[in-house]
Amino acid sequence: MSAIATPFPEVPRAWTLPYRGSVAMASLIIAESAIFTIFVVAYLFYAGKSLSGPTPSEVLETPIFFTICLLSSSLTIHLAAKFLERRKQGAFLALWLLTIVLGGLFMFGTGQEWHRMIYERGVTISTNLFGTTYYSLVGLHAFHVTVGLIMLCIVAIFGLAGRVGAEQSRRIDVLSLYWHFVDVVWVVVFTVVYIVGR
Amino acid sequence: MRRVDNSISLHAIQIIVLLILSVSAALAAETAAPSTGLENIFAPESTPAKSIFDLSIFVLSITGIIFVVVFTLLVYSLAKFHATPANADKEPAQVYGSTQIELAWTIIPILIVVVLFLATARVIHTVQDAPEPPSAVEVTAIGHQFWWEFRYPKLGIVTANELHIPVSDPAHPTPTFLKLLSADTDHSFWVPQLAGKTDLIPNHPNSMWMDPHRVGVFLGQCAQYCGTQHAKMLLRVSVDTPQDFDAWVRSQQQPVIQDQQAIAGKHIFETTACINCHAIGGTVANGRFGPDLTHLMSRSTIASGAAENTTDNLRLWIKTPDAIKPGSLMPAMQLSDADLDSLVRYMETLR
Amino acid sequence: MSSNAMASQFVEVETWTWLETLHGWLTTVDHKRLGTLYVVYGLFFLVIAGVEATIIRIQLMYPHNHFVSPQVFNRMFTMHGTTMIFFVAIPILFGFANYLVPLMIGARDMAFPRLNAFSFWLTALGGFLLYFSFLGGSGLYGAGNAPDIGWWAYAPLTSRAFSPGHSSDYWTIALLVAGFGSIATAINLIATIVCMRCPGMKLSRMPLLAWLNLIMAGMAILAISPLTAAQIMLLIDRYLGGHFFDTQAGGSATLWMHFFWIFGHPEVYVLVIPAFAFASEIIPVFSRKPIFGYPVMVGATVCIGFVSLSVWAHHMFTIGMNSYANSFFAITTMVVGVPTGIKIFNWLGTMWGGRIQFKAPMLFCTAFLFQFLIAGLTGIMLGSAPFNWQLSGSYFVVAHFHYVIVGGILFALFGAFYYWYPKVTGRMLSERLGKWHFWLFVIGFHVTFDVMHFPGLLGMPRRIYTYEPGRGWDTMNLIVTYGAFIQGISILIFVYNLIISYWKGAEAGNDPWDAWTLEWSTTSPPPAYNFASIPVVASRRPLWDLKHPEDPDSRYD
Repeated sequence: MSAIATPFPEVPRAWTLPYRGSVAMASLIIAESAIFTIFVVAYLFYAGKSLSGPTPSEVLETPIFFTICLLSSSLTIHLAAKFLERRKQGAFLALWLLTIVLGGLFMFGTGQEWHRMIYERGVTISTNLFGTTYYSLVGLHAFHVTVGLIMLCIVAIFGLAGRVGAEQSRRIDVLSLYWHFVDVVWVVVFTVVYIVGR
Repeated sequence: MRRVDNSISLHAIQIIVLLILSVSAALAAETAAPSTGLENIFAPESTPAKSIFDLSIFVLSITGIIFVVVFTLLVYSLAKFHATPANADKEPAQVYGSTQIELAWTIIPILIVVVLFLATARVIHTVQDAPEPPSAVEVTAIGHQFWWEFRYPKLGIVTANELHIPVSDPAHPTPTFLKLLSADTDHSFWVPQLAGKTDLIPNHPNSMWMDPHRVGVFLGQCAQYCGTQHAKMLLRVSVDTPQDFDAWVRSQQQPVIQDQQAIAGKHIFETTACINCHAIGGTVANGRFGPDLTHLMSRSTIASGAAENTTDNLRLWIKTPDAIKPGSLMPAMQLSDADLDSLVRYMETLR
Repeated sequence: MSSNAMASQFVEVETWTWLETLHGWLTTVDHKRLGTLYVVYGLFFLVIAGVEATIIRIQLMYPHNHFVSPQVFNRMFTMHGTTMIFFVAIPILFGFANYLVPLMIGARDMAFPRLNAFSFWLTALGGFLLYFSFLGGSGLYGAGNAPDIGWWAYAPLTSRAFSPGHSSDYWTIALLVAGFGSIATAINLIATIVCMRCPGMKLSRMPLLAWLNLIMAGMAILAISPLTAAQIMLLIDRYLGGHFFDTQAGGSATLWMHFFWIFGHPEVYVLVIPAFAFASEIIPVFSRKPIFGYPVMVGATVCIGFVSLSVWAHHMFTIGMNSYANSFFAITTMVVGVPTGIKIFNWLGTMWGGRIQFKAPMLFCTAFLFQFLIAGLTGIMLGSAPFNWQLSGSYFVVAHFHYVIVGGILFALFGAFYYWYPKVTGRMLSERLGKWHFWLFVIGFHVTFDVMHFPGLLGMPRRIYTYEPGRGWDTMNLIVTYGAFIQGISILIFVYNLIISYWKGAEAGNDPWDAWTLEWSTTSPPPAYNFASIPVVASRRPLWDLKHPEDPDSRYD
């Protein structure tokens, strides 16, 4: 009832706009970057300003192995997405699961480090400015890794049930974009906490 | 249906706007007149306030001109281009824009901004970066909920709420430089006729200065919301002649007067919770949470300006602070009437 | 589902029970319904926050008044500000965006309808949480109740030491939750505008309302997150023993200020840019000319978006930043006035040479122009840092920002109500009541907010529950309060108009204003699917082209 038959001079032949999932994820990444930026600013601002308690260099141990795990998970997820596009379901699933394992290892590493810092070194979130900013920044990142892992597991379940095919490639790309973001944030956090702030 | 009834609306708009402008002008004139005097930012009595005032006149002039120009153009366009029954059915020329006009009204505002900014930056520097001369009086102001602590470190004086500073002769300036600290939340020191406001923020020392040109009493109050009784954290700055200032300093430096008549009250003071918060020189009381009371009677108000310093008010303040300043951190002291009378008599000896 | 077959054998009309109707509204994912829910929600809180403002004004009518205690007063100004920004302005403006953007770009719905619904209900939960604080738990000294920390919640006033009980937590968590809703809506808007435009609608042919909401959404995702981060930090301080803003442990109160205003300043542009969008749609239609300088309008708004991210510390000129920092923020603040002024000139250029019709939408947009001009100029005054050292924290600032928000945003919003209500409901709002609403509100607004500048110039700080007599503030405060009463009456007339016109308003038809954008090509109200077939466009004003085939915009596009 509402359409107006409109004789327009031209109807564009090709009218393709970007995939809304990717645009939405890119926007979410921008918003999350802003949150992380604020936590990084707080970390850097307070570096060296603790009035008491242990300093970073006294208690931090650089998590090289677990960082390698997380960063290589970006490679594995990228390859998994590529294999899915080329309809190689088996390879996709294998690499996807490997990604989850690597991410899980990273979380284990974070947990291990926190356990050591709390019980052996006595640094908690309330100890001093370093404690507060360290646990919040690394914790915020770890929270985002956890959310990512949950999403990856959901996809893995669907994948093992045979329901993820090349038609879902775009959605897999969106999730993989999020995972890459989580890795980039870790590069920044790692640099700020273990290199610059020490 | 296109009834065009806008000519009445238009004239109504014009009349109302003119009315508002004239009322505003009248109010502005009242503001500018020194008769109200008390806290008028347009009646500066000190160099920082004067620099701000001069800049503000410049800014107001420029923004005023912009307003008049744009306002006139707006009113003109409303008057000239309104739809009339004659032209209502024809669409006007569909103009999309004009690059030259856009350039003009981009470049002119940019130039105005440059001019305004240069004037602003100059005043920022002259006020904020003014060096402290050796003749300056130094005061440390510490903000509390809901009172002001003033210390004169070089003179060994501690007082509260009412600041005494010397008038400054431009030929031989004796400005007062304040260091601003806070014991709890954020506060702001604002005495409009003497200077712009500067905040007192814990763990963030600030500084400001003023050099009053005229003797008198200048009022102000806390200008950063600090809690329940932010409204009654008033300021009283007494600008004295050099002689009066010296006399005041000497009286503040004197040890407390020991009045034998008031020994009972002194005893009550020293054996109740008063000493937890207050200090009186020459007694066991050295609490820092509340104002120093050593020279209480040298002040014309109590409770940071909330009440006149009279016997009745003193009594009421000690008995029921909430009657004067509900939500202040002074507790009701639960004293008997006889004890209260003794205590007040003692307070009144603290000159 | 009950259905009764009507007399006609060919048409089966269903009637829903009230329960089904309610269920329909509660589970809707239709952008038009969600937009309506947002707006109604916002209007409800407008009345509540207006009552809070009235309480403030009655207390300040006379010096040493005892209408409310200082504790209640401090809660009133905190709740008034917080409610107006987060539960009135954002919902109403996002509601209009939700309703109009898909229609104007020829889409059937937003990119993510379920996320849209989720966003609304998150915002609604936030409002509920904030107001639950009035009933919420008590802490030490029975210190429960609504927050009284000011809408900026400066540290260390918000620390456990100075804000015992849970009132500050209600503020923090309510806004945290609502903030997630707002960020989600912003993401949704961006995805919709970038990915769902109808064929032929290149970005350069998009209505300005869509462009400006795109820019607004971009700012929202950048600006709201810092507040989220700061609130998480505050919760860590209050509950996990953190020291982000704990000055006793070396923490910084000014860090909260920076984080808050990095959010707070762009936030007010998030609010004003949709108001600009309304003016940019209404003024051309009622001047019977296209917007003057469309590309410049887009460019200027993009500039405003970027520059406004760099001005935040003009709210902090008095905290003791060094002279270089103060100078930096002074210049960025003045610079942001340039593209804003350009927009005012472009609206003027739109009216110039037109045939202006002073119907209700245009009345409100005309007042918007005058008032926004004044608001912008007092903003320039406040941007000059030394002048700011006198004006900040005083009633001059309160007058300035109410001039922007009420005189600018609310007036443009009223114009939008009168303009699009016919589209949403199929009925015209009463023009007679509209004129009463307009003139009363103009008078009340100016009586209050013109006069309000002067106590600030005479040293009256803000956020004070009472003041000393004889400072020259007494009469002015009384006048300001009278203006508030007049505005209150005007709002009641407006609400009455909204309700009564739903049943008694004149039938609107598709296109009562003879306008040019796609929403006017469909019925009033639009069907659930918006358009029977997705439109194809060849210019910025597809309906102008249809109505004026002898001189279509597409010839020049």
